[in-house]
Amino acid sequence: MNTSSLLLQARRFRPGFWTAVFAALMVPFLGVTVLRFTRGLGAVTHLSDTFPWGLWIGFDLLCGVGLAAGAFTLTAIVHLFNIKRFEPILRPTVLTGFLGYAFVILALMYDLGQPWRIWHAIIYWNPHSVMFEVAWCVMLYTTVLALEFAPVVFEWLGWQTPVRIIHGLYTPLVILGVVLSTLHQSSLGTLYLIVPSKLHPLWYSPLLPLHFFTSAIGAGIGMVILESYLSGRAFHRHLEMDLLEPLARGMVVALGIYGLMRLEGIHRNGAFSSIFAFGYEGRMFLVEFVLGVILPVLLMAIPRLRQSKDWLVFSAFLAVLGFVVNRLNVSITGLERAAGAHYIPSLGEVVISLGLVAIGMAVFALCVRFFSIFPEEARAPGAGR
Amino acid sequence: MVVGLLFDTTRCIGCGACASACKEQNKLPGPVEDHLTAYTWTTVQPRAGVSVRQLCMHCEVPTCASVCPVGALQKTPEGPVVYDSGKCIGCRYCIQACPFDVPKYQWDRPVPVVGKCILCADRVKEGRPTACAEACPVEATVFGKREDLIWDARNRIRKGPGTYVNHIYGLQETGGTSVLMVSGVPFRELGLKTSLPPEPPALQTWQVLSKIPDFVAVWAVFLYGVHWITSRRETVARVEQAGKGPKHPGDRA
Repeated sequence: MNTSSLLLQARRFRPGFWTAVFAALMVPFLGVTVLRFTRGLGAVTHLSDTFPWGLWIGFDLLCGVGLAAGAFTLTAIVHLFNIKRFEPILRPTVLTGFLGYAFVILALMYDLGQPWRIWHAIIYWNPHSVMFEVAWCVMLYTTVLALEFAPVVFEWLGWQTPVRIIHGLYTPLVILGVVLSTLHQSSLGTLYLIVPSKLHPLWYSPLLPLHFFTSAIGAGIGMVILESYLSGRAFHRHLEMDLLEPLARGMVVALGIYGLMRLEGIHRNGAFSSIFAFGYEGRMFLVEFVLGVILPVLLMAIPRLRQSKDWLVFSAFLAVLGFVVNRLNVSITGLERAAGAHYIPSLGEVVISLGLVAIGMAVFALCVRFFSIFPEEARAPGAGR
Repeated sequence: MVVGLLFDTTRCIGCGACASACKEQNKLPGPVEDHLTAYTWTTVQPRAGVSVRQLCMHCEVPTCASVCPVGALQKTPEGPVVYDSGKCIGCRYCIQACPFDVPKYQWDRPVPVVGKCILCADRVKEGRPTACAEACPVEATVFGKREDLIWDARNRIRKGPGTYVNHIYGLQETGGTSVLMVSGVPFRELGLKTSLPPEPPALQTWQVLSKIPDFVAVWAVFLYGVHWITSRRETVARVEQAGKGPKHPGDRA
């Protein structure tokens, strides 16, 4: 890629509605950032001693990691199970995974009390801590994702040697990525094993690590479908229905297994009665479970609906939405009763979360513009918009 | 020698001398508040007609120390659970995980650290009692070897069956704590958590974490096996399709 084509691509960028939204969001985002680091967490968040973890953990961290699960699922499908027909959607998925993890690390820079000490986990070890495991998984898997995506950048730069080196190491790299992801997805559930006396029985289970792992696979696949749709709209690409329909089948299996495990956990805790009491927790559970598990599984179990683009995208959206509500329920709703307090994120917390999502989407759009992410571009470099 | 405190609600007069002494000893700013904060490590609260101290229980197997990713919280051999603010990254998992809701955070500071009672670890190491026990005018808080304190508590309960509830709070809770309490009023009415299991919560996560090395080995070998089988199958298919092709295909698997 030479300078003139770079300029050509840069010139093709025309600021539109979404660019304006992005710019408008960045102003308060930067303002809150300054306040956060000069006045402390209390000045911009609704976090407190009764609610030490809020939106930045519940949404940014838990959902950011979970929704990046498409990357390890798809790399395993393509490179380990050797189902090569999914290769066309591999690059955007790996890119989403990497940006998801970058989003998580950025969010941690806001949430940690002293983020400049994040490297302490490298030198001060406590293997008894789940958070220690989480820290290492974040570090290592972000590196793996960067390496998995690096060939795209090296290709663009025209560097052949590093591309060849990474290709030679690709199988161990993918295996490492899947192992780390398995650990990381489940460890986020393990985080909550330590609070059996605080987390509501609708969510607490000794199997929380497995719940988090399987639901991440289901929602991760949902995210791949949703992202293909959104990219299709944004970058004028058709939806690869022949690829997405079998993915939807995989989503049904993952969500189905997850749903059964959840029901088993609630049965074990004897907590069914608290669903049908339709209290606060019961209602939030129903939103999560009916919308995010039962409905997408039922819809996608019907072959005719699976082959319809609209139903497919709608079901994937439900799965992702249900996933987000589940993570917020575990990290916020389920702990409110024990804390004896309600937590509603402050405007500052919402602004930072939205701003980080916007930055992630903007970087994705830039990557699509400059690198060959989608297969059509690989064949006809000048075809993008 | 494992030391601890024994607090007796039947003796406490609610004067707050312990809380003031704690402020002075640990150079904590501001007045004594009515609940624990990063700047109030102990406080005396009126509950159910008596006065109750709030402070870190100094668990035998501390949940906070087990969850801290950088080991900033440690159980010392003498009993105190101490905090190294120089290691802390501010993840606040200790605040989330503590079954007694003890660690608190400096939400108002740009460079915040955790605040909690450290059982005057430096004084204890020198063999001196904690500042709160020394300040107490009525021996409602007494300092001593944990073993001795348990005997003391049992004796008080035995001698005054009408005066005391037959329970030593902290003997069993979360696997035992260095701070023990006896009371004339049921502990639930004092706002203390009474449903804590005798197993330390830390063991629950350790059961999962200790399986990781085995899991990684088995899972990685399995995944490599899947890869080997699928790519071998592909190679065989390619050779078969080529029919009477070369006898020695480049078998990458």
